[in-house]
Amino acid sequence: MSNAQDSRLNTNFVEQGARKRIEYVLDSGSMRELVTPFDRVISPWLEVQGIVPQFDDGVVVARGAIDGKSVIAIAIDGSFQGGSLGEVAGAKIAGALELAVEANQAGESIAAVLMFETGGVRLQEANLGLAAIAEIQSAIVALRKLQPVVALITGPVGCFGGMSITAGLCSYLLMTREGRLGLNGPQVIEQEAGVGEYDSRDRPFIWGLTGGEQRYTTGLVDDFFGSDVIEVRNKVQEYLRKGVPDTFRSEAIQSSLDRLKNVDTQHQITSEAAREIFAKGASL
Amino acid sequence: MNTAAIKTDTVKTHRGRVWFDLLADNMMVHEGAVPSVMIANGNLAELPCSLILVQPDKNNLYPRAINGEVGLLEGWALADAIHNIVSKDAESEQKSAIIAIVDVPSQAYGRREEALGIHQALAAAVSAYAQARQAGHPVISLLVGKAMSGAFLAHGYQANTILALNDDGVMVHAMGKAAAARITMRSEEELDQLAKTIPPMAYDLKSFATLGLIEKFIDVSSADAPSSKDIELVQILLADALESLKGDTQITKRLQGENRGASRRVRELLRAQWKKAEPNL
Amino acid sequence: MDTFHIVRPARKAPINQTLVGYVGSGDLEVMIDNSDSPQADIYIHSSSSAGEQRWLALIERIEANQPLPMMRMDIHDFSATPGVIRLRLEQALEQALTKEASYE
Repeated sequence: MSNAQDSRLNTNFVEQGARKRIEYVLDSGSMRELVTPFDRVISPWLEVQGIVPQFDDGVVVARGAIDGKSVIAIAIDGSFQGGSLGEVAGAKIAGALELAVEANQAGESIAAVLMFETGGVRLQEANLGLAAIAEIQSAIVALRKLQPVVALITGPVGCFGGMSITAGLCSYLLMTREGRLGLNGPQVIEQEAGVGEYDSRDRPFIWGLTGGEQRYTTGLVDDFFGSDVIEVRNKVQEYLRKGVPDTFRSEAIQSSLDRLKNVDTQHQITSEAAREIFAKGASL
Repeated sequence: MNTAAIKTDTVKTHRGRVWFDLLADNMMVHEGAVPSVMIANGNLAELPCSLILVQPDKNNLYPRAINGEVGLLEGWALADAIHNIVSKDAESEQKSAIIAIVDVPSQAYGRREEALGIHQALAAAVSAYAQARQAGHPVISLLVGKAMSGAFLAHGYQANTILALNDDGVMVHAMGKAAAARITMRSEEELDQLAKTIPPMAYDLKSFATLGLIEKFIDVSSADAPSSKDIELVQILLADALESLKGDTQITKRLQGENRGASRRVRELLRAQWKKAEPNL
Repeated sequence: MDTFHIVRPARKAPINQTLVGYVGSGDLEVMIDNSDSPQADIYIHSSSSAGEQRWLALIERIEANQPLPMMRMDIHDFSATPGVIRLRLEQALEQALTKEASYE
């Protein structure tokens, strides 16, 4: 697939669509999309609710090479339904990862790169979105033992809901300054817990807690860098070359429990306090 | 021998705790890394088995997690409990079964939770359950109450098999109805109306089952105060579920659900196109 | 959401599979694919309240420059303005008729 000329001049990764993001991280000319828009597998649940569908359901899956190594690359399109996952979008991700597990078990060598731009479950397909996320998570836990699974959160949407849990399962988690990572979206927390707990309109506050820089400083992600496409591409290559890590972030059980049991919860937390709490214990 | 003290009134009436206590009658019960996570080790139909529960703890260090929500501590404590079971059986051919007793109203919503990485705590629990299953531990979820959203992902959704009491108090959903209504800009009545024709939107268990997610409904005389007959039936069905797994370590049987046609179709297409898309290295 | 099927006379011309745009607020995706029928079949899903007449008028304006090729065209519109719609339609047709197979 060739580049459209206008976006070739634009080198900010954050501004690229899902298909273009994959094209930028893959070795030139190696991208082969699976279940393309021309396969017309649209959501079976949106039209009946009066919602205009998109031909790729907001997820692009492709095989290709990075640095000469075979990979499956998956990108969520944050501009369609907020990057939310419904049945088809979720099945594209889970199914591709399941095939990658199968191929690796059969002796092939295929790593994974995931580009998240998602609010989590698509509420119009609620339980099927949630089910698909569980299936994606299962596949990642199986695949990361065999191959590096590199996840990238660059923004503008960020990575929320059940997919933030998915991000926490990956071998390596990379963010840019524009990226945000959190379980519950700001509005949901404000609705559930009140504006005193979480002010969804206070952008500096939210960025301070969930933005890429804070997540890196608190050890919840592996790297933090700028959003120039060359830089993003180099970082993805660098982490793929690291291979399967000795341990995963999700296995730091004892140190996490020790740290969390010693938090002063009498006072509300700040981003500075969070940094101190993480600086005290062993890094995750 | 049931040694764990029942701590508060909230716990006493917590449906999850009621079922946990009755099913753990002949098991060794102990608190997990925190009081809100309980573990019982023993046997079910002669097979080694552990029960795991998340319950309310009014003294929870984290105030947004006192009502049985899966919070920061609960996520990591679930991971801890499961890892202990897995490492105990690491050298053994016989992998004990893990049964998640599920009655979780939600994940914990709060500022501390986000600041200290609740997504990572829940990932730890998901990871532990998935690894246990993939290592050959049969994992079964027994839904006795709410199984909501992120809380269910962390505690129960990685099971090989999901069983549910046939009761109105049992509910699985991606988001509570009130919040879903606000976010989709619909009224709760409109949501109910939609749910009638759109099974993944529905809050009732029968619709949920058409998605391939529930293996069996269990009819009991009372979900809140189960009789000894109810407990006996659940024990038999849990044993049946273990028996019928026959070494399956996957969750793919869910895809056979009536309303999962698109999930199957996407996978068929991916498989058909896979080889041809192989890169030339 | 409204759906329309508009059929227009078309000329025989080789086309490339093309996809432009996306279904985000104020935008639309336009997909052009090969078709066996000797006409231009245009299938529209639109969340705007504008009716079939406006779509027909937009298409006629594009036809004024050059007749449409035989094709199947799908439009998924998320309340785009007429200006954006016209831009996307022209972009899609240009790619379908002149460039190598391309979509982004």
